[in-house]
Amino acid sequence: MKEPRLVPEVEPTSYYGRPVIKAPVWKWAVPAYMFAGGMAGASSVLATGARLAANPALARRARWTASVAIAAGAALLVEDLGRPERFRNMLRVAKPTSPMSMGSWLLTVYGPAAALAAAGDLLGLPRALTRLADWLAAAAGPVVATYTAVLVSDTAVPAWYGARRELPFVFAGAAATAAGGAALVTTTPMHVRPARAFALLGAATELGASQLARRRLGEVGEVYRQGRAGALDRLATLLTGVGGVVTWLWGRRRIGAAVGGASLVAGSLAKRFAVLEAGIQSANDPKYTIGPQRRTVEPGRTGAVADAPPR
Amino acid sequence: MSAADPALGAGYEDPPTRVGFFTDTSVCIGCKACEVACKEWNGVPAGDLDLLGTSYDNTGGLGADTWRHVAFIEQRRPPGTEAGSGELRWLMSSDVCKHCTRAACLDVCPTGALFRTEFGTVVVQEDVCNGCGYCIPACPYGVIDQRRDDGRAWKCTLCYDRLRDHTEPACAMACPTDSIQFGPLDELRQRAGRRLEHLHDLGVEDARLYGHDEADGVGGAGAFFLLLDRPEVYGLPPDPVVGTGELPRMWAAAGAAALTLVASAVAAFAGGRR
Amino acid sequence: MAECHPVGFQWVMEAKARGATVVHVDPRYTRTSALADVYVPLRPGTDIAFLGGLINHVLNEGKEFREYVVAYTNAATIVADDFRDTEDLDGIFSGFDPERRSYDPSSWQYEGTVAMPAAGHREWWNGAGSETASSGRRPPARDETLTHPRCVFQLLRRHYSRYTPELVERICGVPRQQFLQVAQLLIDNSGPERTSAFAYAMGWTQHTVGVQSIRAASVLQLLLGNVGRPGGGILALRGHASIQGSTDIPTLYDLLPGYLPMRRAHDHQGLDDFVAGASSRTGQWGHMRAYLVSLLKAWWGESATPENEFCFDYLPRVTGDHGTYQTVQGQLDGSVKGYFLAGENPAVGSANGKMQRLGMSNLDWLVVRDLAMIESATWWLDGPEIETGELRTEDIGTEVFFLPAAAHTEKDGSFTNTQRLLQWHHQAVDPPDDARSDLWFYYHLGRIIREKLAGSDDEVDRPVLDLVWDYPTVGDLDEPSAEAVLSEINGWDASGRPLSSFTQLADDGSTACGCWIYCGCYADGVNQTARRKPGAEQSWVAPEWGWAWPANRRLLYNRASADPAGRPWSQRKAYLWWDEDRRAWTGHDVPDCTTTKPPGYQPTEGASGVDALSGTDPFIMQADGKGWLFAPAGLTDGPFPTHYEPQESPVDNLLHTQQRNPVRRVFSRRHNRYHPSGGASGAEVFPYVVSTYRLTEHHTAGGMSRGLPYLSELQPEMFCEVSPELAAERGLEHLGWATIISARTAIEARVVVTSRMASLDVAGRRLHQVGLPYHWGHNGLTTGDSANDILSFVLDPNILIQESKVATCDIRPGRRPRGAALVELVESYQRRAGIGPETGVSNERG
Repeated sequence: MKEPRLVPEVEPTSYYGRPVIKAPVWKWAVPAYMFAGGMAGASSVLATGARLAANPALARRARWTASVAIAAGAALLVEDLGRPERFRNMLRVAKPTSPMSMGSWLLTVYGPAAALAAAGDLLGLPRALTRLADWLAAAAGPVVATYTAVLVSDTAVPAWYGARRELPFVFAGAAATAAGGAALVTTTPMHVRPARAFALLGAATELGASQLARRRLGEVGEVYRQGRAGALDRLATLLTGVGGVVTWLWGRRRIGAAVGGASLVAGSLAKRFAVLEAGIQSANDPKYTIGPQRRTVEPGRTGAVADAPPR
Repeated sequence: MSAADPALGAGYEDPPTRVGFFTDTSVCIGCKACEVACKEWNGVPAGDLDLLGTSYDNTGGLGADTWRHVAFIEQRRPPGTEAGSGELRWLMSSDVCKHCTRAACLDVCPTGALFRTEFGTVVVQEDVCNGCGYCIPACPYGVIDQRRDDGRAWKCTLCYDRLRDHTEPACAMACPTDSIQFGPLDELRQRAGRRLEHLHDLGVEDARLYGHDEADGVGGAGAFFLLLDRPEVYGLPPDPVVGTGELPRMWAAAGAAALTLVASAVAAFAGGRR
Repeated sequence: MAECHPVGFQWVMEAKARGATVVHVDPRYTRTSALADVYVPLRPGTDIAFLGGLINHVLNEGKEFREYVVAYTNAATIVADDFRDTEDLDGIFSGFDPERRSYDPSSWQYEGTVAMPAAGHREWWNGAGSETASSGRRPPARDETLTHPRCVFQLLRRHYSRYTPELVERICGVPRQQFLQVAQLLIDNSGPERTSAFAYAMGWTQHTVGVQSIRAASVLQLLLGNVGRPGGGILALRGHASIQGSTDIPTLYDLLPGYLPMRRAHDHQGLDDFVAGASSRTGQWGHMRAYLVSLLKAWWGESATPENEFCFDYLPRVTGDHGTYQTVQGQLDGSVKGYFLAGENPAVGSANGKMQRLGMSNLDWLVVRDLAMIESATWWLDGPEIETGELRTEDIGTEVFFLPAAAHTEKDGSFTNTQRLLQWHHQAVDPPDDARSDLWFYYHLGRIIREKLAGSDDEVDRPVLDLVWDYPTVGDLDEPSAEAVLSEINGWDASGRPLSSFTQLADDGSTACGCWIYCGCYADGVNQTARRKPGAEQSWVAPEWGWAWPANRRLLYNRASADPAGRPWSQRKAYLWWDEDRRAWTGHDVPDCTTTKPPGYQPTEGASGVDALSGTDPFIMQADGKGWLFAPAGLTDGPFPTHYEPQESPVDNLLHTQQRNPVRRVFSRRHNRYHPSGGASGAEVFPYVVSTYRLTEHHTAGGMSRGLPYLSELQPEMFCEVSPELAAERGLEHLGWATIISARTAIEARVVVTSRMASLDVAGRRLHQVGLPYHWGHNGLTTGDSANDILSFVLDPNILIQESKVATCDIRPGRRPRGAALVELVESYQRRAGIGPETGVSNERG
């Protein structure tokens, strides 16, 4: 960035408009993983629910969705590492203070469980083992879907840390939306009814929690409306909304279910990108770091005003 | 030894005294010897040749390749408000990793690459770091960063190798005016308190300490500062907080959200039966 | 000082921490200004007006340290009645010869005697002065009431009477209130209880009145009693490490080691006549013969005998001015054929780079010894004149040898700092590849030359063949021992025992000493300069850290730290005092006087050397033992510092019709044209003042910094600094490009707009400055045009330093033209300003 920005005349001032904190260096693979993990986790819940509700068709497809999504998600995680060949170091320690460490261990339980639950029958494994894996995946799944919200919240990024109470619900909702949407795409209308409800509940949770988050964030919340983050968030809302309406109105038909489900899935994906982008935007503009913090310390506003670098 | 010695918390049985930096920006002359000495000693790569136009600062800020950074702020005091109004003021300040008592980077690091040393400092083990990047947005000061062509995260080690050799860090040694003071943290805090008092006696009302308070959001910094203006003027956060402090509540929220997910499923299937 | 001497600035910060008030007077707001208590911007080239104003203020207020001034300075001395001041002659002193543009200083003398200069231009007195100086006249007439109209004090008062705060404001652009604040601070901080120190650097020296700026500060400090006392003095901040050392053991053409003057070709004197002409009978220089003979013995050893006047005739003679700039003109004119550059990069670092490069292109051979491939070694391949087509590589006949040099970390040696402190440094690593130390190079060059001349019976070869050239060498590289050289500099007696003080030096050939003022640095055969006893383990004067010349005295002229009766001026400032019981001087430092000479001592008739000075004469280098408020000899441009405008100035001299220093050295030639000044027609074409300077991050002409990534990134590009006002006036954009134009050439730089660059109100107009760091050239990691290219050759007449701290220029947005269009641009400016060979050459306004 060669062109220096003018230091804003109004408070709060900053150092040549440079960010106070470092924006996340995570690329596309991380939101993609958060989406995949969420879809997987929620799908495992859906699968177990379907099994208990004696809906094996839905259960089977949801299990496969979960296991494929989590496998892809794990690959995405490795892909995003600065040193992918050192991915095993994730399991070098178990650190309760690190959501990423906890998540890594969680995945080592959840991933094989999801895979076993899906493929156990095919591989001819003992039923009890497959059943155990299914229960395990269902238990871990909701955490897999929501721990990523803790992961991003436990940072200095204003748009994330400030939304730490709501983000898990946004992620949980988005996970249900994606899992439901995926089921709508993969499963025949005859078997998919619970998934439709699941998806709609998820969409409602996601949209509602997002609203709450923005309100709580105050001025920082505006990053969810501006720039790339705003565009992505509007896209996510649109896709989720359209998907929801389509599913609601035409979800009983194959084509409607497929279109609605795909839209919901895409909305869930877009949501994670919106969240990442909002985080980056809030980190890159120092006012989002300084403003809220300034209000927590003494409000005195005397002293020097930084000379604006002339342009 | 301070009660808050993080080395004890990290499991060292009889750690040496916690050490740190007191950077007194009121005597910084902006020579950047700290930046160069740091790079020389630690073999940090040189940065780009970019004229930034931000006063005499052409390295911009702390990062993977800048572990000491001198900020230059040109100010004209608002006229008619106080003594020295309308006068030009040129603030200089050498920033560095804060080596927080409760360090966010260390907390969130999933591999244990970041660790607490026996001196109470926070260091990245370059042979362990896998470049997950989590520490980068976690740091409330924007200190640690990823080296792009390398993938790993890098920051000030407070010259861990030199500490083990009972030598002061390179930046402190190079500082000609003792703006960067190295020593036992408790001693530095006392010294800083006296210095602040002295400056206030001289009428330097703007002088304030930053990062010295154990009650702040990071449990007090191992590298703290005497500033002549508000922290944000120097690019420092006014009230940094380690995110991990909220972690239990975050997990609680995540748990609730997870239950909501389960409840949604239950509702979905229950509704399906209706 | 913080900007260019950050390591030394730690002591200023320490003083500040202990309550000192730091005042910074500088056209540019630097890192020093940022830490100073008071910052005073002033127009470049007006320092004498500012200092003269302070002198006038001190005198008007009666704030001089009267007892000190009467006893220790020449304030009371009566000046001969044929002296005429600039106030009488509208800007010139008596004795001016307009044809030769020089002064005959004979009318500046004291009444009834001839005072010999302790330094500077002593050759005028060679012959003329030898007789009178050694003829033992009475001491000069004095009036200790300081009321005699021709006593120095009254002349001084009269000379500066017009340097009022109002005039300072109009000339310097320093508001009256600010000037008076500085004056008050100085006055309040001087006297028996307190002292003030001045520190200066090239901002004072690189002017056509460079020496007189320092003189003005000396006058002020003497009036305030701030010389020879702890916490006082005038500190010359040098341009490089050990510049002090390179004047002590000089790289200057007109000096021999220890400030002994070089022989001149016009004199056919023998040793005794030379000494008589160059020294004074009284004062420390009364012992010059011993110093010179010991030097000759150090150089020619056994060959130097009383019969052959200790090989005095072997000394080379200088034929005139051979400063850098005369040498370059000699290159251009074909009289200089070969050139050694050792650690110097004139293509970037000297004024008028084009003349420097064109001069080198006219040589037969050029040897460049440097750490990096500097521009002075590559101008023939890709220099600015190749770009413009003024030079073509294939036409250049100069044979260029580049020899890589070792850095200070790669060799043993000593640095001498501005406090005359010698500090030894030990080699840390071997030099890389073919790099060799300077000592290695010159020793082996001499060895090889001597081998080639061996057996020659040509008389002209005797000085080289008879040299003592036997330094032991060590290691794989045959590195000569630097300690052996230091030992020779220290000297030894006839039996080879190391000397411990210059007082042991004899003029009969029984002692050898390579530099009399350094005698004692290797006392007892121990390298005293390598001492590093921590300050906490010794007295606050720290005599056991390194070694200070002369005789390990840490404070020169420290006799002045006690009152005439030998008591400290105050307990707070006690430093040296007379101990009546022991009948000796004692205190914290080595006394800079004869230790057993009581305060009441009066010289006997016919006494010579230091014995001819009384017990109250602290300034032992002067023939009269006094601090010279008025310099009756030694200076080429007047006994009192006088404000003259710089060679190029946007304003007229408000004091005199005499615009510029009348005896400055000007060289108007094709590539060295001057701008019109002040109200003269064409001056408006170059309306801005330009000054060159350094940044902390780079080293001089960049040879030691532009190739280093860690330094280059800190200041990565050539830039110019302008005030927001000037930026608005000329449409310059922050971080955009600007072209800076003079009659010499035009250069380009990125623009940094900053309030640190002051625009000043001077002589009723708003004056803008352009600031240019001079570090850049076209080699290395960070490159850019060289600021020095736009400057001219114009010199101070005393020491031939160039005026690179002030000139005029124009500035406009955008990059400069390339190729021949650049030359056309400069020529168009010359035409617009009506510049010809006569422009700026005269002394009057215009």
